[in-house]
Amino acid sequence: MTAMTDVAFLLLTFFILTTQFKPDEPVMVDTPSSVSEEKLMESNMMQVLVDVKGRVFFNCDGPTYRKDLLGKLGQKYKINFSEDEKETFSNLQTIGMPVTKLKEYLNWSNTERTEYDKNSPGIPIDSTNNQLADWIWFARLSNPEYQAVIKGDRETNYPVVKRVFDIFQEKKVNKFNFVTSLEKRPNV
Amino acid sequence: MAAELGGDGGGKHKGGKPKGKKQSTRIDFTPMVDLGFLLITFFMLTTTMSKPQTMEVNLPSKEKVKQDDQTKVAESSAITVILGEFGKVYYYEGNTPAVADSIKVSSFAASGGIRDVLLAKQAPWISKIKAAKSKLPNNPSAAQMEALRKEISGIKGEKLATTMLIKATDNSKYKNLVDIVDELNICEIGKYAIVDLNDQEKAMLTAKNLK
Repeated sequence: MTAMTDVAFLLLTFFILTTQFKPDEPVMVDTPSSVSEEKLMESNMMQVLVDVKGRVFFNCDGPTYRKDLLGKLGQKYKINFSEDEKETFSNLQTIGMPVTKLKEYLNWSNTERTEYDKNSPGIPIDSTNNQLADWIWFARLSNPEYQAVIKGDRETNYPVVKRVFDIFQEKKVNKFNFVTSLEKRPNV
Repeated sequence: MAAELGGDGGGKHKGGKPKGKKQSTRIDFTPMVDLGFLLITFFMLTTTMSKPQTMEVNLPSKEKVKQDDQTKVAESSAITVILGEFGKVYYYEGNTPAVADSIKVSSFAASGGIRDVLLAKQAPWISKIKAAKSKLPNNPSAAQMEALRKEISGIKGEKLATTMLIKATDNSKYKNLVDIVDELNICEIGKYAIVDLNDQEKAMLTAKNLK
């Protein structure tokens, strides 16, 4: 009994330490399936999430890069983010709102943020107010190693996805990783 | 350490008078072990499912290339696939449609769909790849795997191997794009480009009332 309990707790510790929980995403996205067996990279990714309604969200990893990114974004949009706000931002995940809303959002409580996320407007991508391009650009300035990951819903209309490709390509990113779920390879 | 299952830890002697209260030093560990296993099960189930798959796609660079430097696609090896509404697929051989009737309608069906067309077109290279794969010994070393990978990408990149042009209409869904890139992987096609429809194709689709 003692030995078994020891092993059990050893395993428990192992699993607790290695588990990485799925990042919080404000919208549910049903990814398309593919036969590709390649796994998504562990780090250095900036992910653009496109939901069914065509809203666009942005997420990238690494708290220090995120702080740097927010500072640069603030400079461009003439918004002064405090250290506290940067700290909050670095611990958050997916962002989907105009930059002007961000300061207010960062000062809310967690429950207020979750409430807002349910109906978040997404990052503007029109050519007159192309904020996604700024997110991508400053993210790449903060960490040139970032790789583009696109997570779209099966039923997202192609023009929206194409617009996202175009914005990435404007910023000289030509290589993408599409997040997919696994499907059995047919025998050919 | 041992877990005691009975409740008889109070130090009472059977039948005899209780000799004062003797506190037991033994604790019942069973609930803790139960909880431990419960947590293990939870963590095991959550970890294994969390890593999603990814599909790598390269888009042609938007930078202007000089006319002379552009890669010419041989008309005979090219196939253009157009993604339409409701998962419909239109295709024609070559990279410019000769007449509107050369555009054929197909689907993503597992048999009788676009896959059959691609498999037929790429067949000589698929058999070459199969031959290369069959030469591999049962327990290949990392170097052998690497050599095979190189050989396969060499075969896929041969001058006459199929080149696919993927053009998505505004009525298609993201899923259709992923599906067609998936067909590329299934049919071992290495040369492809995701590009926009040209005016000639748009006109032909409208003429044939295809969306």
